[in-house]
Amino acid sequence: MSATPAQPAADFLALFDARAEDSFHEARASAARAFAAAGIPGRRLEAWKYTDLRPLAALPVRLAPEITDVARLAAMLPAIAAPRIVFVNGKFSESLSTFSDGKIFSGLAAAPSLASHENAPLAALNTMLAEDGAVIRVPENVDGGTLVLVHLTIASVDAPVFSASRYRIDLAPGAALNVIEYSSGQGVYWNNPVSEIALAEGARLGHVRIQAESVEGFQTATLFADLLGGARYEAFTLGLGARLARSETQLRLAGAGAIAHMDAAQLLAGAQHGDVTTVVAHDAPGCASRQTVKNVLDGRARAVFQGRIEVARAAQKTDGYQMSQALLLSPDAEIDCKPELEIFADDVKCSHGATVGALDPEQMFYLRARGIPGDLARRMLIRAFLAEAIENVADVPARALLEDTIDAWWEQGR
Amino acid sequence: MLEIRGLSAGIEGKPILNGIDLTVPTGEVHAIMGPNGSGKSTLSYILAGHEGYDVTGGEVWLDGVDLLALAPEERAAAGLFLAFQYPVELPGVGNANFLRTALNAVRRARGEAELDAVQFLKLARAALRDLAMAEDMLKRNVNVGFSGGEKKRNEVLQMAILKPKFAVLDETDSGLDIDALKIVAGGVNALRGPHFSALVITHYQRLLDHITPDRVHVLAGGRILRSGGPELAHELERGGYAALGIDATAQGVSEANAA
Repeated sequence: MSATPAQPAADFLALFDARAEDSFHEARASAARAFAAAGIPGRRLEAWKYTDLRPLAALPVRLAPEITDVARLAAMLPAIAAPRIVFVNGKFSESLSTFSDGKIFSGLAAAPSLASHENAPLAALNTMLAEDGAVIRVPENVDGGTLVLVHLTIASVDAPVFSASRYRIDLAPGAALNVIEYSSGQGVYWNNPVSEIALAEGARLGHVRIQAESVEGFQTATLFADLLGGARYEAFTLGLGARLARSETQLRLAGAGAIAHMDAAQLLAGAQHGDVTTVVAHDAPGCASRQTVKNVLDGRARAVFQGRIEVARAAQKTDGYQMSQALLLSPDAEIDCKPELEIFADDVKCSHGATVGALDPEQMFYLRARGIPGDLARRMLIRAFLAEAIENVADVPARALLEDTIDAWWEQGR
Repeated sequence: MLEIRGLSAGIEGKPILNGIDLTVPTGEVHAIMGPNGSGKSTLSYILAGHEGYDVTGGEVWLDGVDLLALAPEERAAAGLFLAFQYPVELPGVGNANFLRTALNAVRRARGEAELDAVQFLKLARAALRDLAMAEDMLKRNVNVGFSGGEKKRNEVLQMAILKPKFAVLDETDSGLDIDALKIVAGGVNALRGPHFSALVITHYQRLLDHITPDRVHVLAGGRILRSGGPELAHELERGGYAALGIDATAQGVSEANAA
């Protein structure tokens, strides 16, 4: 092991020590203590068994510099007609954004943090070093429409950088919002964002995340969500960029009848590694959590889906569902999926399943016999494989963006 | 004109076709009848280019084009169409998208202009009307949840839209009630003309009452054992394969009364 996680962890702590104190110093210092104790997680931890961060830990530690000439980055923005908030290298970019409305903040959110640093050292690292972020609050019974959050990480040719953005979304009782989160970048970097979501009674958040990071980049995203009674969280995460990516969600169903849909799809090729990890705590009765994770894997790509469901004693009538479906396009591709159920209530319905397969040769033959060339036929079947997951995305512009992004991936990658 | 010369093929070393010789001149419709296991479906799959079979000998020419040298999609572009005995379900693929992608792929390969969505829809609606099919058929996923009859009609719809010059219909009549049978036969008859030929594979005379063949061939043990006019189908219907001296239970090369 040439690169032990210890050295970069020390370097990150040094960056924190060198940082001027701000109004969030106490929270940052507490996070620094948690990060110092844990370090960058290694594979001996069960939660990191399938994802090896050593290539990431081998990067020199350097904060992403502020980019002043952002006009040239406009072409990297997703094509979607909705108000957007853009961050570049962790800093709010006023000129690329079309929405500010006083909701942009410097430093961490003033609201009490949901992030538990104990189980999430990378979230602690974010808290230590995050620069700008966004707090989005929708008042009671207001429909906030659709909002786009973009994060671009730009590394110079020979210098890898570290970036940490932070979002906080609070929906008051009965409020509704669709958020489309899009992350991309250039060069070698580590983007380590944290999102915190609090949904009050009867609130509804549609959350589409598109991870289209640079193929040399790394992304480790941690999301914390808390749902009160009758709230709905409808998430779809598409991962197709990054050399290594992990999307970790820690979600708590805290009020009766709350519902969380956490679907995901990853399209990985070459030597890409994509990890979807979820921890869902059913703490109240009558809640439902549903997760369908689809992976399309080519080359030597490797995907991970770890889904943990914890059902508390009080959470009777829990309905938990996990499905992992993988399409392997190459004999060297690999999927590791691991369901974990921890159930303390006695009247629950929890199911999980997994399928792994190649493209169906009979379906391929049928398409080709109708004149459709092999490459196009493969593409149609892969799109069909993903269609079911995408159809569940209710927000029409978000769904269109997902489809366009998948099409663009195909055009580039093949 | 389709010419099959000495075609032999098998699967995993087991011979199924043992030297088929068959010529279907342009403008004619020929029927192939034969007992179960005689190689009828194998022949249709091999003509369409299914990779699960090994061609061990012989050749197949469609209007001077060496079919066996082509990929399945190239055969379709060359004008070949196989109506599947068991149409494949494609969950997540809309029928309209499927039909338009296929039509445009074939048109592109033939050097013809592609159709836009509006032009395609006009053409598809007309084809649906001719086949007494509901328009919502276009919105459904290909063959998913279709009844047996709907699947077969969907095959004929594809054929009507792709307008092949040579169609192979593999037991397209199986599972059809009499009304659906008439519609399917009507779809085939509508294509008949001096530039269209077809090979109709069937177990039963019934379909041939509606699609009158120019010639009938009897396939057994992987060989064409008898050929004749439409009356041969009636002869089979009356006396069965035994009346022709064919052991209907024979599989592969083991038929007793060949030659």
